[in-house]
Amino acid sequence: MIDVLYFAWLRERIGAPREQIETSAATVAELVEELKTRSDAHALAFSDMASVRVAVDQELSEMSAEISGAREIAFFPPMTGG
Amino acid sequence: MSVRVQSEPFDMGAEVDAFTTRVAGAGAVVTFSGLVRDDGGTLAAMEIEHYPGMIEKALETIRAKAMDRWSLADAMIIHRFGSLRPGEQIMMVATAARHRADAFKAADFLMDYLKSRAPFWKKEVGKDGAEWVAAKDQDESALSRWKKS
Repeated sequence: MIDVLYFAWLRERIGAPREQIETSAATVAELVEELKTRSDAHALAFSDMASVRVAVDQELSEMSAEISGAREIAFFPPMTGG
Repeated sequence: MSVRVQSEPFDMGAEVDAFTTRVAGAGAVVTFSGLVRDDGGTLAAMEIEHYPGMIEKALETIRAKAMDRWSLADAMIIHRFGSLRPGEQIMMVATAARHRADAFKAADFLMDYLKSRAPFWKKEVGKDGAEWVAAKDQDESALSRWKKS
């Protein structure tokens, strides 16, 4: 099981801050393809990947990153701190 | 504590006084604070969301990079989350060094990294609805200033 977290408008579009899923995805990109099939809301949230960022186990990462052994994957828009 | 993430307001004067006492011997302290700005006069609140767990690590990493890169006596970051009103302080950084150039550059660096590498997201809540603040291309390009050649 892996924890998938959503922040900001991704959280709003998906309608939940986190979900636990069983996945055999090898990379973040593969996980995204799986998530898109879960609901129309997921498909919409991941329709523009240019505005989605990812963290694997709380480290900023790339869509091509491998996720075997990862416990927590977070998706969010570009950050706006400061 | 050098890095703090909190919902409650902070007293900038008291924070800077304590920081300055801690770095006794430094010749320069630079501070910056960011406030909730209401350009159109229609902002009711700025809501700041964060990623608990990751945010502390990200801020520690950003601070460590600044400490490594410049000759600093210390550096601190405070950043708030939750619902803030126009004029309220969102965050502050302070840097201390023997000379001002290091302190200024490090504070500038901290701000550039906070903008686009710390997991915070701002939402402007107005009288007619709410909107997520979009990241600016210039925030991303600002980071390239700090690439080491």
